Amino acid sequence: MSTQADSESDRVSTSVAQPIVTQARRFYLPTRRERHQLLLAAIFVGPWIIGLLAFTLYPIYYTVRLSFMRYGGFNEPVWIGLANYRRLINDDLFHTSLWNTFYYTGLAVPIGVVVAMTLALAMNQPLPEIPIYRAILFLPSVLPLFAISFIFWALLDPNQGIVNEALRSIGLSPPNWFGDVRFAKLGIVAIAQFGAGQIALVFLAGLKGIPQHLHDAAMIDGAGVISRFKNITLPLMTPVILYDIILGISLGLQVFIQAFIITKGGPANSTTFLVYYLYDNAFRFGGNMGYASAMGVVLFVITFIIAILVFQTSSRWVHYDLT
Amino acid sequence: MSSTTLSQIELRQRDRQRANRDRITRRINQQIVPRVILIGMCAVFILPFYWMLALGLKSNAELMLYPPTLYPHSPQWGNFDESTQVFPFWSFARNTLVITVVTIIGAVISNPIIAYGFSRIQWPGRDKVFLIVLATVFMPFPVIIVALFDIFSRLGWINTFLPLVVPMFFGQAFWIFLMRQFMLQISTDMSDAARVDGANEFQIFFQIILPQTIPALGVIAIFAGLHAWNDFLGPLLYLLDPDKYTLAIGLTFFQSTATYDVLFNLLMAASTLVVLPVIVLFLLFQKSFIEGISIGSIK
Repeated sequence: MSTQADSESDRVSTSVAQPIVTQARRFYLPTRRERHQLLLAAIFVGPWIIGLLAFTLYPIYYTVRLSFMRYGGFNEPVWIGLANYRRLINDDLFHTSLWNTFYYTGLAVPIGVVVAMTLALAMNQPLPEIPIYRAILFLPSVLPLFAISFIFWALLDPNQGIVNEALRSIGLSPPNWFGDVRFAKLGIVAIAQFGAGQIALVFLAGLKGIPQHLHDAAMIDGAGVISRFKNITLPLMTPVILYDIILGISLGLQVFIQAFIITKGGPANSTTFLVYYLYDNAFRFGGNMGYASAMGVVLFVITFIIAILVFQTSSRWVHYDLT
Repeated sequence: MSSTTLSQIELRQRDRQRANRDRITRRINQQIVPRVILIGMCAVFILPFYWMLALGLKSNAELMLYPPTLYPHSPQWGNFDESTQVFPFWSFARNTLVITVVTIIGAVISNPIIAYGFSRIQWPGRDKVFLIVLATVFMPFPVIIVALFDIFSRLGWINTFLPLVVPMFFGQAFWIFLMRQFMLQISTDMSDAARVDGANEFQIFFQIILPQTIPALGVIAIFAGLHAWNDFLGPLLYLLDPDKYTLAIGLTFFQSTATYDVLFNLLMAASTLVVLPVIVLFLLFQKSFIEGISIGSIK
């Protein structure tokens, strides 16, 4: 009897006391076991923390500091306060580079989503030869962008390119792609689509995850292809699309190699993108490293703000809990 | 009586017609439309490769023709050999290969260790810290190129391979993520049993978990190799002497030759040589490539 009562009171006391104790522990000292686990974790995760500090966080701090300095790379950096930022505000070429970057990203990202989604939907059909399509469509996205840039340069060349030859043969007067202010950026947007296969595969994996019974139920209710896409497929795909849009924007704002290789920022600065201008300032114009760092800060802030904005609107169009 | 049977027959006929129509629309939707889209897109995606090869095989004289010939009328296989003499191709290839191999080694060593800490060890705050790993994927690298250049030049690392390969020994966000996803799927039974038997965490990592992650290690090795082979900005920033250059920089030599006219045929022949190893690797390990990409598609 007494033992039973004891154990009863024990149970009562522990069930009342335990939450308080664990809460207290969480806010004060970790338990011995937790300390042990943290030490172990520090050993395993340690390399990443060191890498993050050395190759990302410290360089970000360094960039911000350089952005307040005049620095050519060899002399000692001189503190000049906000002068680099004031210069950015009055630098027309910087404004052009921002515009070019936004123009490129604003076109390449949505077009990329549509192209990749089309490919993914087509590849999600039960065709026996899908592996062949998948290989062909995926391959370009694993090839080096610098090589792709050289290839497109040859492909879209006004004299030796096959694209313009094809356009001429059907009676159109083809543009001088990378030599024309109106078409140079569009040419680079086209190059970006060449990598759509990779995103299409990510989308395809998402499509395969949509339970068939949802489609079956909708079909019994008489829903057509378009209605099922709009009401089932698209809502369920929104988390993957959100991921792709944010990654796409981050990559789009970094566009550089294509302009460096094909157009050298031209014609008439129409492909002088933000990173291209940054690179030029830091490593070509006799080293405006402080000024280039200020541009780096601007790129960081813009990427961050756009990512936050996209995330905030996402609550209105991204569905996480339909399955 | 007869009217009801008639209407029943009519109904049945209508049903059959509708079923037929449904079958035809489904056939169009599932087979014809996707085939047209996919074959069309595949043609578009193959065209640049075709043109790379076609141009790469043209003679100098044929290259000057206008309008351009649609295929090389007398294929110059010697172009490949000639293109390797515009820049020291084999020396640059060796540099690229060294960087690629060391990058793979770094990635294969560091990422499983870090991923183990994020998946097989319980510690307070783990999943919150992991969100920071994921966030660094979105960090635009060009933001810090000026700072990195200055930091590495103060360390005396400029014009060496160190800035390209050392960071690879500290894990890369996407590969950590990939490895963690893989490790989370491994059952904890064996590690728990080993722990009861007195094995420490390092023994469990090396003897139980690591052997089971070999497929994922293969995926990471492939992606790391691609990353190094395809890198342009890194070598452009950090390598200054031609004896350190990689193939990526080598291709730009075709533009810096004195003549205004670029030798497209040799440039395309060299480009073919640069992308060929990637294509071969892709065809051999396509499954691993696709696995690596598909793991990245979790919600």
